[in-house]
Amino acid sequence: MPRTLTINGQEISARSDQTILEAARDARIPIPVLCHLDGLTDVGACRMCLVEVAGSNKLLPACTTRVQEGMEVRTDTERLRAYRRQIIELLFAERNHVCAVCVANGHCELQNLGIEVGMEHVRYDYLFPKLGVDLSHERFGMDHNRCILCTRCVRACDQLEGAHTIDVMGRGAKSLIIHDMNVPWGESITCTSCGKCVMACPTGALFKQGSTVAEMVHDAEKLAFLKAARERKVWNV
Amino acid sequence: MISTITKTMTSTPTAPGRPTGNGAVAATPSDRLAGDKRYKIIEATMRRYGYQGHGLIEALHSAQEAFGYLDDFTLKHISRTLHLPPSKVFGVATFYNLFTLKPQGAHTCVVCLGTACYIKGAREVLAAIEGEYDVKAGGTTRDSQLSLLTARCFGSCALAPVITFDGETIGKVTPTAVAQQIAQRLAAVQQAR
Amino acid sequence: MNLEELNATATSERLARMKKRHHMYVCVGTACQALNSEQIAKALQAALKQSGQSSEVEVKCVGCPGLCSLGPLVEIESQINGQVAPGAAEDERRRSVLYQFVKPEDAGEIVAHLDGEPVKRLETPLNQPFFTRQTKIVLEHCGKIDPERIEDYIAVGGYQALLKVLTEMTPQQVIDEITRSGLRGRGGAGFPTGLKWGTVAKSDPSAYPTNVPEGIQSRKFVICNGDEGDPGAFMDRSVMEGDPHRILEGMAIAAYAVGANQGFIYVRAEYPLAVKRLRTAIRQAQRAGLLGSGIGGTAFSFNVDIRLGAGAFVCGEETALMASIEGGRGVPRPRPPFPAESGLWGCPTLINNVETLANVPPIILKGAAWFASIGTEKSKGTKVFALTGQVTNTGLIEVPMGISLREIVFDIGGGIPGGRQFKAVQTGGPSGGCIPAQFLDMPVDYESLAKVGSIMGSGGMIVMDDSTDMVEVARFFMEFCMDESCGKCIPCRAGTVQMYRILTKIQEGRATRRDIQILEELCDMVKHTSLCGLGQSAPNPVISTLRYFREEYERKVNGAQGSEVSVGSEEWGVGKLTAHSA
Repeated sequence: MPRTLTINGQEISARSDQTILEAARDARIPIPVLCHLDGLTDVGACRMCLVEVAGSNKLLPACTTRVQEGMEVRTDTERLRAYRRQIIELLFAERNHVCAVCVANGHCELQNLGIEVGMEHVRYDYLFPKLGVDLSHERFGMDHNRCILCTRCVRACDQLEGAHTIDVMGRGAKSLIIHDMNVPWGESITCTSCGKCVMACPTGALFKQGSTVAEMVHDAEKLAFLKAARERKVWNV
Repeated sequence: MISTITKTMTSTPTAPGRPTGNGAVAATPSDRLAGDKRYKIIEATMRRYGYQGHGLIEALHSAQEAFGYLDDFTLKHISRTLHLPPSKVFGVATFYNLFTLKPQGAHTCVVCLGTACYIKGAREVLAAIEGEYDVKAGGTTRDSQLSLLTARCFGSCALAPVITFDGETIGKVTPTAVAQQIAQRLAAVQQAR
Repeated sequence: MNLEELNATATSERLARMKKRHHMYVCVGTACQALNSEQIAKALQAALKQSGQSSEVEVKCVGCPGLCSLGPLVEIESQINGQVAPGAAEDERRRSVLYQFVKPEDAGEIVAHLDGEPVKRLETPLNQPFFTRQTKIVLEHCGKIDPERIEDYIAVGGYQALLKVLTEMTPQQVIDEITRSGLRGRGGAGFPTGLKWGTVAKSDPSAYPTNVPEGIQSRKFVICNGDEGDPGAFMDRSVMEGDPHRILEGMAIAAYAVGANQGFIYVRAEYPLAVKRLRTAIRQAQRAGLLGSGIGGTAFSFNVDIRLGAGAFVCGEETALMASIEGGRGVPRPRPPFPAESGLWGCPTLINNVETLANVPPIILKGAAWFASIGTEKSKGTKVFALTGQVTNTGLIEVPMGISLREIVFDIGGGIPGGRQFKAVQTGGPSGGCIPAQFLDMPVDYESLAKVGSIMGSGGMIVMDDSTDMVEVARFFMEFCMDESCGKCIPCRAGTVQMYRILTKIQEGRATRRDIQILEELCDMVKHTSLCGLGQSAPNPVISTLRYFREEYERKVNGAQGSEVSVGSEEWGVGKLTAHSA
């Protein structure tokens, strides 16, 4: 059954099983996302897509909230913009995001969002944790210093490849992406070397070894293509 | 690829243990499982949950209790028996504070850092123990006799500040007397042996 | 066990009790047990044997009577002269004495004085405000019954409410009764319990995809949240240790009302005694036919399992708790969908806190109107608090909603020891706030506490005197939240770290006014953007101390030598970012 709602004052209609994010995209209203990736389930973790809904005293993630009849959604208020800027600042301060020397420079979703939300400087202490770079895999590499723990690689490996090689260990700020039981990637016995995790990564944390900055394109759309092909036998080429 | 996985992930090598350089016989995984009765306890826990994934945390509790910590071998064994990805088992084992991946000392002293204890001087108590035994919270003394841990509240706030020694609650401790209280108990256990 | 059999057991238990002239209640809660109270019970029994009174005196190991700071406690109830005449009011013929700081070697003296004057040096008055100002509903049996005997619970009217519900009421009538009582969730947020039950009852298990493991038949679940993680709180522990059957009865009634056949009690592994007593209680209830299939001879079936936490505060959050029961990392997920629609394994799930469920049996037996007559207009009934910190009487108290903080701290709590001044009371643990002296006369209910920037929370109440450094208190709670953050959402994971660093800077005299401003902005953002309750409430201790004790922050900042620029080197990261953005 169709639902009618307004986003930023614009009246739109959507299917009842659609999320606010999907409805907004159909109406070409941009909402910034980071942990969302087409083809993967949503976890609502990055909080970039939070929107204001009239009548709710809580901000709601557009990626996991379904549309409702008569919903009045605001996606771009001053308050939301300020929060998004702060979240990006927190990410830049958390690990070592030095764009100038990063392989993903120019193809990085974190970098793009930083520009989009108008983050000019970071007001928080840079934590600069000393994290490792895992180059044990013959084709791929993982630089934990550039990881934002969005878990897109975890979900891609589990939901699309089905190997569940990747998961998260520890908790809080000490969380870390691991392969199997925290072994070097190259020694993982479950990894199929399919590279879907690398496609899913929004930053330079997962990369193809030996690729130059210009070649480092993530190909994230491939995952949505693959999901549609596998599950619905639809090839959107 | 599949053959590699089967080879490395199943625990059914039938060959007897190979002799190692120093003449000892290295146990194969199946030897280790058969030879250590503690695995039977873990097995019983997993059976109780029908060898299903939702029994993971209970299985880890059993293993932690039986061995005092969770080593790679045990985690792999649980992962295989419950048919769970190794990364998931490792992720769960490292999420919860009560699971440890390293062996603990022969005795454990836990200092409560809950609010009531904290405002009644638990930090000074902790510092006193750290100083006396030259060990940091979370660590074990060099002679492996004592592990010093901290907790978030035992719910014995009326006795604040509280520590436990091998599970025994000791209430209303002071920075000046606490080291001696621990020393007495350590001596008592050693004498009993 | 059907109603007739239940009544027969209750009667025979009561008769057996009346044959004893004296009843000794020895507290074996965690705190008293730590002070060797089990040895006291043994010593009393030995002394009674020696004096040949074993058959006339009963020694009972019981749960916490509340006044932990005077423990170990022994209460003795005696019949004044011989047999109670039939029809005589039992209270008139009884006398109670409470002994404090009892040691095993006091046993002989206590027994020798059973029929004479009480032992003066051990006696503590029972008519002190600590006892007389309390209203006990949830804790009514704590300290009076042996938690390891189902017969004790049955003798005081236990399981009557369950059988009444099963034989006389429809599920909707049960929900209506709970709704009318005005009971609200005792876990912290105060959501109306009847409304929650009604939602689960109405929810269709097939509305969302489910993946219930083999062997579990139920398609709706009832979960008792016993993951009492707030430091300084031990209300739920005392109920689980002192009156475990009451929780099972509450769960079974809830299950009948919402249509669930399987329940889980999620308990912290740090509470081994509570786990042990709950396990015993479940076994006993199953054997008595009060849990399992065909309860009380009806068609209703309900099973309860215990699941242990493993040391993660975040698992007190309901979606994280369910993830943990499912065997995974205790990571919360966004709501909606709410657990009432899609919870454990995707099925409609009712999650109630221990204290909430413990309120259910008396509401059913005595009626919604009785319950609603206690408390304030919007907050009904009583609340159990764990009163700790710098206050004379520390322990467990149950008071009617609407009582003032002053009565709690100064009358029941006996005031501040050591000639010091009251400064603040912290409620709600890491999610709550510090309430200063100016609000001492405020009524304690959900709305009033929220208005002054704190929360009811699960019931931890920590009194602080004028020696307490409020910035340090804020830092303590922030460190707690930082360590306990699950790491899933960015505001909580990275925001708590940054707030903790700023608070540390302030404490070390390295901060500037600008840092306080950044701290306030961070508090606002983390509060409003975090995924779950942990992050949303993590800034509360900072916000409330900034609101009432701002001068303490400013004093530390004004004395500081720190420079105005408190950020890292800007040429890293973002300074270069714009250069590549074209």
